[in-house]
Amino acid sequence: MSLINSAPDMVITTKVDELLNWTRKSSVWYMLFGLACCAIEMMQTGGPRADLERFGAVPRATPRQSDMMIIAGTLTLKMALRTKVLYDQMPDPKYVISMGSCSNCGGLFQLAYSVCDGVDKVIPVDVYVPGCPPRPEALTEGLLKLQEKMMQERWLVKKASAGAEAQAA
Amino acid sequence: MTPAEVHQTAQERFGEAIESFNEKALDPFIVVKPTAVVEVCRFLKEEPTCAFDCLSNMSGVDYLKENKIQVVLHLYSYLHRHDIVVKVDVPRDNPTMPSVEGLWKAANWQEREIYDLLGVVFTDHPDLRRLLMPEDWIGHPLRKDFVEPEEYHGISTRRESLLK
Repeated sequence: MSLINSAPDMVITTKVDELLNWTRKSSVWYMLFGLACCAIEMMQTGGPRADLERFGAVPRATPRQSDMMIIAGTLTLKMALRTKVLYDQMPDPKYVISMGSCSNCGGLFQLAYSVCDGVDKVIPVDVYVPGCPPRPEALTEGLLKLQEKMMQERWLVKKASAGAEAQAA
Repeated sequence: MTPAEVHQTAQERFGEAIESFNEKALDPFIVVKPTAVVEVCRFLKEEPTCAFDCLSNMSGVDYLKENKIQVVLHLYSYLHRHDIVVKVDVPRDNPTMPSVEGLWKAANWQEREIYDLLGVVFTDHPDLRRLLMPEDWIGHPLRKDFVEPEEYHGISTRRESLLK
């Protein structure tokens, strides 16, 4: 008699990969980090109305405890180098959401002398959220898209760079 | 006091140091020699009939054709509710003028910004560093002949138009 037949209400079968991904996507802690006006919308998204915490996303005040970085706002050249340092301080696996036109491509300030037009020139980006600024719903959608992406990852494949490949895919 | 009266008061005191006066501009202004700017500003601040206790704004303008950079100070008096604009012309190849930070603390960051973006060196400024651009940036972006560098620390400043 198998375990499943004896206790059907208490057992769930799954793949280990999916279990890992499920635990990982259910606690995407994002870094408490805002650059410009998009950060105000990000605060709203973390607030009670949009409530990002119901998806397990909690702000952390240090990159060393964060899984995700939301680039919320205009990235200046001065800040670009510091953003790279912050990204490097985050432990793997790490994810980046580029929030708003400015961090996607420079946006309104694309031709300005002081602005890095696109955060993807500095660090790899997983999800781009369009808008100027995006509404909290849009950022929530961005997080859900990231969670979908995280569920696709395969960590236990016998390949040296399997995790890195999954992240890059 | 009207701007003309402010000018007359300063003219009587400093004479040659006041280069010109324009009353017809939207904000009437007096042009002061760079060497005398601190003395004139101290007079405008401390003279009881003037009492310009507030530096509302301080900015710079690059005049490429005239080969000068103009530093513009907007002064306001909360006591008398009157205002005046003081302009200082500095040469473009050696833009140096004394700092007015000792008179109005508001000038501290304003002068740093003017130094950062236009390259005007304010002597006696306590902390003349770049304000907006990175510390190792070369050039002053608001100068008319500024050419944007191709890249900064490996970050390209060029991006193809997304509309193509």
